[in-house]
Amino acid sequence: MKILVCISKTPDTTAKIAFTDDNTKFNEAGVQYIVNPSDEWYALVRALELKETLGADVHLISVGGPDYDPIIRKALALGADEAVRINLDAADGYAAASQIAAYARQENYDLIMTGKETIDFNGSGVGGMIAGIMELPYVSLASKLEMKEEGLATLRREIEGGEEVCEVRTPFIVSCMKGMAEQRIPNVRGIMAARTKPLKVVEATANTALTTIVRFELPPAKERVKLVDPDQMDELVRLLHEEAGVI
Amino acid sequence: MSVLVFADQHEGKIRKGALEAVSYGSKLAAQLGVECTAVVLGSVAAEALSGLGNYGAPRVLHADNPLLDQMNPDVYARVIRTLADQQKATVIVFSHNFNGKAIAPVVAASLNAGWVAGALALPDTGEGFVVKKSVFSGKAFAYVQISSPVKIISVNPNSFPVVKEDHQAEVIPLDTAVNEGDFRIKIISTETLSGDIPLPEADIIVSGGRGLKGPENWGMVEDLAKALGAATACSRPVADAGWRPHHEHVGQTGITVRPNLYIAIAISGAIQHLAGVNGSKYIVVINKDSEAPFFKAADYGVIGDAFEIVPRLTEAVKAYKVAQG
Repeated sequence: MKILVCISKTPDTTAKIAFTDDNTKFNEAGVQYIVNPSDEWYALVRALELKETLGADVHLISVGGPDYDPIIRKALALGADEAVRINLDAADGYAAASQIAAYARQENYDLIMTGKETIDFNGSGVGGMIAGIMELPYVSLASKLEMKEEGLATLRREIEGGEEVCEVRTPFIVSCMKGMAEQRIPNVRGIMAARTKPLKVVEATANTALTTIVRFELPPAKERVKLVDPDQMDELVRLLHEEAGVI
Repeated sequence: MSVLVFADQHEGKIRKGALEAVSYGSKLAAQLGVECTAVVLGSVAAEALSGLGNYGAPRVLHADNPLLDQMNPDVYARVIRTLADQQKATVIVFSHNFNGKAIAPVVAASLNAGWVAGALALPDTGEGFVVKKSVFSGKAFAYVQISSPVKIISVNPNSFPVVKEDHQAEVIPLDTAVNEGDFRIKIISTETLSGDIPLPEADIIVSGGRGLKGPENWGMVEDLAKALGAATACSRPVADAGWRPHHEHVGQTGITVRPNLYIAIAISGAIQHLAGVNGSKYIVVINKDSEAPFFKAADYGVIGDAFEIVPRLTEAVKAYKVAQG
């Protein structure tokens, strides 16, 4: 089995969010970057589990500049076999998805995996877009993925107000969320091995972004909290009703 | 030119997110001076269909095909894509609920349409077409320009008010050629969470943290939620410890919610948790630690022992509900 895992670079979950250049650019000063959590914890780790139990080649793909290389090495350290970076600063999810689709077409993957969304732009669309471009089935928000037999997968996915179990034949695209796998910490051997694993850089075919971010904005500062005496819960109810109007 | 709105249904009932999407689509159509058409796939009662007129859709296209009763994302995406072509839709509106997330990006890419996931307001169409959305897990907003001829917007749940007026929509039957062979994804079983209010749709959420010490203490969270007609949620350590199911985990790596009221009980308010809830209109924090960072994000705070305060609050809510009749 041949698996492609899409990974993105995002600011660390505790990063302070600020902007420069008249609120048009993310302020990178002092920001640590990580592999996007759901790409790493769920998509990549599940791919590695499939490799360990059934045997599979696990390839990584990223769309980004040379600044992506350290996080790609980190993902390789967890146990992926090789990686490719499409050298493009993608302006939107579609630009990234069309590059990944163009690459994946030549490689005949059985399974293309993404995280459920990136924690920076919260697009949640790259997996679905790859599916749309490649005309393959897309299973979104999956919390479980098992290979029932060769070429046939059983998945559990979130639907509005519940969960669903479905079956689909490979090749297909899946976006992965909590429940799919558990976060792993790379060991020293993995980190050493990752240094010499293949990381191929491929030039982008074309830049096809359909959207651009015009500017950013920070939410207004919150007013000070109004404290209510723990013995006065009827007062809290009154405030929620009369002042907030929420009950 | 037209605005096409996908209104999702579940067991014949139109979803709340769908009503928000129809309200959004009809306001957008008025802004652009074009027609708004809603699309419903699968069996739905005639009154519910014409009732979409109340939310601003003058026309409803309805594919009354039992093969479409269950939302099979693969088939739905193909049907909507074909329909968008037929209707020459220039804007397609979805709800950014779990159903919309499964379909909208597939449709967007296959139509070469720019997509905004989780719109918070109507677009600014003065110069170009710019949509506001939340980024960095709720810690900031971005204004996104869509430059493609066909545009797709998924409306963030609980962000756009449902507008209700007294109108009946004209329901037009839609012929959809769907064959058994189109079902590349085969749905084996569906579990609806019984009796619970789905978190993304909930107006009020009562959420518990590690400070509650164990799953056996969740009764009081559920009692308060029941009194308020609220959904229940939890923080990440609680879900990780298996005290509560994963789908209740709210936060950066769980789900993002935007209720009218979020009540956080014994949750300290780590930045990752705040990222999932800071779109809430009002936040109440109950915590015995007056230094808990959550108080900085709260509108109302109660400092003290949750085990004493929560049952007291539940009683106060019940008394208020009785007084309201």
